[in-house]
Amino acid sequence: MSKYIPFRAKSLGVSVLLDKRTIIVAVVLVVISLAVAIANAAIGSMRIHPLSAVRIFLGMGDPTEATIVLNFRLPRMLVAFLVGMLLAGAGAVLQGMIRNPLASPDIMGITGGASAAAVLFITLLPTASVRYLPFAAMAGAVVATAVIYLLAWKKGVSAMRLVLIGVGIEASMKALTTLLIVRSPFYSSSKALTWLTGTVYGANWGNVWALLPWAAVLLPLTAIAGRTLNVLQLGDDTAAGAGSRVNRDRLLLLALCVAMAGAAVAVGGAIGFVALLAPHIARMLTGPSFGGLLPVSALAGGIIVALADLVARTAFAPLDLPVGIFTSMIGAPFFMYLLYRNRKA
Amino acid sequence: MHALETKQLTLSYGEAPIIENLDLTVPKGKITVLIGGNGSGKSTLLRSMARLLKPDAGSVVLEGKPIASMSTKEVARRLAILPQGPTAPEGLTVLQLVKQGRYPYQSWLKQWSEEDERAVKRALKATGMEPLAERPVDSLSGGQRQRAWIAMTLAQGTRTILLDEPTTYLDLTHQIEVLDLLFELNELEQRTIVMVLHDINLACRYAHHIVAVKDRTVVACGKPEEIVTEELIRRVFDLECRIVPDPLFGTPMCVPVGKGRDVSARKHAHATA
Repeated sequence: MSKYIPFRAKSLGVSVLLDKRTIIVAVVLVVISLAVAIANAAIGSMRIHPLSAVRIFLGMGDPTEATIVLNFRLPRMLVAFLVGMLLAGAGAVLQGMIRNPLASPDIMGITGGASAAAVLFITLLPTASVRYLPFAAMAGAVVATAVIYLLAWKKGVSAMRLVLIGVGIEASMKALTTLLIVRSPFYSSSKALTWLTGTVYGANWGNVWALLPWAAVLLPLTAIAGRTLNVLQLGDDTAAGAGSRVNRDRLLLLALCVAMAGAAVAVGGAIGFVALLAPHIARMLTGPSFGGLLPVSALAGGIIVALADLVARTAFAPLDLPVGIFTSMIGAPFFMYLLYRNRKA
Repeated sequence: MHALETKQLTLSYGEAPIIENLDLTVPKGKITVLIGGNGSGKSTLLRSMARLLKPDAGSVVLEGKPIASMSTKEVARRLAILPQGPTAPEGLTVLQLVKQGRYPYQSWLKQWSEEDERAVKRALKATGMEPLAERPVDSLSGGQRQRAWIAMTLAQGTRTILLDEPTTYLDLTHQIEVLDLLFELNELEQRTIVMVLHDINLACRYAHHIVAVKDRTVVACGKPEEIVTEELIRRVFDLECRIVPDPLFGTPMCVPVGKGRDVSARKHAHATA
């Protein structure tokens, strides 16, 4: 058992078995995140030396450079990171709950519901303040998920029914969204399309403070959900035999997933593929146990979006492209690779 | 106090009842095997005893308490079930699987107490899976895989274990491997074991108590050598057979009548006469 480190603190009533590999992976990812943060601060229309960026983070440094970093680049990067973490968390929880590695909020109707609500808001209420757009998106995600759950209920909710109905609802939401866009004037439709691609353009500290409580509450909750997800992986019957209240647990996990996906999508728009990709990358690094999978997914998701946004913002200067383009550019081929790898299964 | 009882139990899937008004007792500390034809309801009965299926009427009583009145965790500390054909996620190791058996004793803060560690180690040792603890479950042979799942139910530390067709899909060697293990565990630890088996001969050999399920009820139950007769097999399986003593164990062995190459000396003597 040398791969593991048991940690026990009797006075706190804490005992946990830590996997060495997961700890190493997590530490490496944190280091990479810091590197990405520094890169994000340094690269842009005004080049700032990485060491200067570090000094700015520490509260010192040139005032002009500090303004750019602290007012524009840092909040944007933080929003990208938080959005990535929440999307990855939602994807990991959903994949675990449905026992299907191809599940993601993007295909299960959750993001679709948020998108439909957001596009409805943009096209039918063009004069309404954009401050309310995130609430509309979140409401859309919650309503769509509630509808999916109720339709899937038949003396309990099986994973299979959730998937099938989710996919159906996603299709209807897509149809509704397309209809709204096609019938709306140009200025609304281009705004809607940008939202649908997913962007963190213009992210400010307001967005950071809006997202932070969601991340601070929900991400630790996923850590707690890890052991429930682990036992659900063994099948409903085995999980019930081991003492899990399967239907209740599945509902709580779904609520957790919707909260995370809804918050991420509300701020960042429908950024695609991260919720699918990040858990898979994490699984390749740490194996299928959710204790390690969830935090590592979150870190991987944050890095992916932060990095994709760095590319989106700088690679085609002076154009500032939506980050969703680049997450899709990596995500789509990776998805095809996953399908290819699973073809014999 | 019986390990498990059913009282006027009625079960159905949809409209038609599968089990009706059944009163059954499972003896403590013994191996009980449910036998019956396909669709006879033996798996349904087993699953209702594990509280995986809600009865239409009647109740299941576990160690003297109605199972419906206990919380899922309470039930899980007294009864473990190994369903048919269980699947583990890709790449999950034997140790990670067996650890899951401790679920009813853990919380999000307490995930690896000293008792958990001891129980898992004991379970791995009892099933001979210690050297294979770090191997992925899906890379093991059929028999090893079932032993890993049995180790998980053992780690759960329950007095009663239910197994739904634990030997189906296994070749003969691995069937014997699994049944021998269960027999030893019962002898050493007196855990009550209830399982559904398809093979009547293996059932007679390993079971202390046989329950024959047919026509929505139990048509016979008791010691194999007392109740397994040609009449019972005819009734339960609609099959003509001869019952002879097993040459190794002396338990009833069922030899079905039917087609096949008859190379016995009797026939040749007849032909030349």
